[in-house]
Amino acid sequence: MIPELGHFALIVALLLALTQAILPLIGAQRGNLTLMAVARPAAQGQFVFSLLAFGCLAYSFMVNDFSVENVASNSFSQLPEIYRLTATWGSHEGSLLLWVLILGFWTTAVSVFSRHLPEDMVARVLGVMGLISVGFLAFLLTTSNPFDRLIPAAVDGRDMNPLLQDWGMIIHPPMLYMGYVGFAVAFAFAIAALLSGRLDAAWARWSRPWTTVAWAFLTLGIALGSWWAYRELGWGGWWFWDPTENASFMPWIAGTALIHSLAVTEKRGAFKAWTVLLALTAFSLSLLGTFLVRSGVLSSVHAFATDPARGAFILGFLVLVIGGSLVLYAWRAPKMLSGGGFTWFSREALLLGNNVVLLAALGSVLLGTLYPLLIDALGMGKISVGPPYFNAVFVPLMAPALFLMGVGPLARWKEASLPDMVSRLKWALAISVATGILLPLTLDGFKPWAVFGFAMATWIFLTVVIGFRERLKNGARLSSLTRSFWGMQLAHLGMAVGVAGITVVANYQVERDVRMNIGDHTELAGYTFTFRGTTEHQGPNYRAARGTVEVSKNGKKLYELHPEKRIYNASGMPMTEASIQPALFDDIYVALGEPLDEAAQTWAVRVFHKPFINWLWIGALFMVIGGFLAASDRRYRIAVKATAPTGAATQGA
Amino acid sequence: MKRWIPLIVFLVLVGFFAKGLFLNPREVPSPFIGKSAPAFTLPVVGDANTSFSPADMKGKVWVMNVWAPWCVSCRQEHGLLMALAQSQPVPIVGLNWKDKDREAAQLLSDQGSPYFAVPDDLSGKVGIDYGVTGTPETYVIDKGGIVRMKHVGPISPDIWKEKFEPKLKELGA
Repeated sequence: MIPELGHFALIVALLLALTQAILPLIGAQRGNLTLMAVARPAAQGQFVFSLLAFGCLAYSFMVNDFSVENVASNSFSQLPEIYRLTATWGSHEGSLLLWVLILGFWTTAVSVFSRHLPEDMVARVLGVMGLISVGFLAFLLTTSNPFDRLIPAAVDGRDMNPLLQDWGMIIHPPMLYMGYVGFAVAFAFAIAALLSGRLDAAWARWSRPWTTVAWAFLTLGIALGSWWAYRELGWGGWWFWDPTENASFMPWIAGTALIHSLAVTEKRGAFKAWTVLLALTAFSLSLLGTFLVRSGVLSSVHAFATDPARGAFILGFLVLVIGGSLVLYAWRAPKMLSGGGFTWFSREALLLGNNVVLLAALGSVLLGTLYPLLIDALGMGKISVGPPYFNAVFVPLMAPALFLMGVGPLARWKEASLPDMVSRLKWALAISVATGILLPLTLDGFKPWAVFGFAMATWIFLTVVIGFRERLKNGARLSSLTRSFWGMQLAHLGMAVGVAGITVVANYQVERDVRMNIGDHTELAGYTFTFRGTTEHQGPNYRAARGTVEVSKNGKKLYELHPEKRIYNASGMPMTEASIQPALFDDIYVALGEPLDEAAQTWAVRVFHKPFINWLWIGALFMVIGGFLAASDRRYRIAVKATAPTGAATQGA
Repeated sequence: MKRWIPLIVFLVLVGFFAKGLFLNPREVPSPFIGKSAPAFTLPVVGDANTSFSPADMKGKVWVMNVWAPWCVSCRQEHGLLMALAQSQPVPIVGLNWKDKDREAAQLLSDQGSPYFAVPDDLSGKVGIDYGVTGTPETYVIDKGGIVRMKHVGPISPDIWKEKFEPKLKELGA
């Protein structure tokens, strides 16, 4: 009964989404206020019914209703409660429902926080978001119904993929989707601006906080995913350039470019066409990611069950949404007049330069991701593109981006003076270069990439400090600096921290694969690891061989680690559960390989020393907090009120 | 013209995606196609005294299905294989790959066996010789012991009809 209720709620949500899409768009075109007024209640109603459907599915998972196919395939009676809840979005169908729900959430948020916007703008934005909802709801209902019954019901479920039974996975998908889907808001604002033909700077100001918040969520989602991969996959890696990772990383790069381009459009009225195109691109890449992951056109470790009908549906949807928006763009582009001029050396020019570099990096990731597909489609064979390509192409492209990141915030708008910048930055530059060259000398081995990484991290750090110092010298107090300034600085600082972390861990981590019998020990990075054997351990839905590895330094015992080799009851899938001792400056990471004798006394054991790895997630966290801070700046509310077009100013924020 | 560039780039990509929907990225062409099937002799599941070798099949067209009791997608195709064993004459040999928990005999007696013979590749060495990347994989071997086709992933009724039937017919099964 409950699953049928959920199914019914989805159908109602689809009808409401259709209403939300069609009536307000017609109303906005004809200037009919009654039709436009439908947008808000329809959007909120659509969200309520999506939430109801989601609640029904979650309920079916919580009560182990194995007469629902989705539950039977992705859950298990012995699965701990928290994972039964997260299994709700662990499958293809469930994660699409989560997508719909989050889109509904964003739409509702726009409907609530848009009182100061002109009615026709609101109607268009919500209408466009409604169109996207229609597409996804129709996709769910026609090809991927999460409530399909299984008759006769299964006795027990087939269990959730053990890889997903980790608490990094509990919040990773919702955060990632908040980011992915959040770009729909920027997309809808851009489309609304194109439709109305009012391509002034106002829409840039309106969409800026939304874009920044979506970007912050996406950053958090990607960081959590990377953290999960590090902890759960047992190889100690944190980024694999897998198509699915790239699918989330490409919108992130486009979103980063968009945030910066929006700043220029808002402040200077320049780059309008470019900003619109980036807003379309960021969300298009989110959709493209969905297509790549769900259609099975690329092989990936994350691929969902593939079905050509689903692939064809999403591709058709992509053509409508992306193709349609690009046609609209081409049609309206001549109307976009660029605002204030600027010289080749100004903040605008530096931001444009950074944007170009980011897009080149984006292009390199896109090419690497799609290359196997392109070659296969041309009948030229099967190849795979791996980390060597991405590291060789992407990393050098980041060099100018990181350098410009330091200069941009300190340059003046419109026209900056080169000699002036040189005199302000010469010490920072000298210290960065010196750090880059000298720091690796104190570490294990002199590596060219380490020189570059340390120099860049120091450079960004110092320019952030200079940014604060110059503000304070001009009479500002720390408490009087705007949140958007704090946000920018914190995010940039996060980048410096992240780059430092990546540099150390990529160049100076050490690992060792050893065969260990009880009592054997091995040395790594000054630590001694002693293997104390394994014991049988019974988990809620798995059994495991749990190893004990004693870690000591200079003869003093520090702690014991307990890596596990698990076999999950329902699927029979083996899993390596690494044991990690995290610290600010280094992680000790131990994983069990395979038993090497019949009595399971001797094991292949993998030990890693991962210096500075946590700086990566800390840096990402800084960026996330920076994003939220910047988006919460008072200026958006006040500035919008003062400059919003006719009639809106009096309504208040 | 410049403003149409994004659209053109996108449409070219769509063309590739549309083509990509009909390709299987997991299917890696086997270098053994057109070559002799690697020889082996393995004990048969449930009867340690009997052994199986591809040489036993000389003169027959046969199918070798690489499976394992722990493989979930192998269960998907189990029903179809059962039906095929009844409805068509080509013998299906089920290479039991890396069955460390020794569950194959029990499973086949519970759910029925579609197999002509079930060689027991406990160490996984024969799988390596055949270039198995994962279960299930299915090979078609002709009367002269030459590998003629390889399919990666579970077999569906459509795949059997469109891929296997024409090949088996061509080989004169």
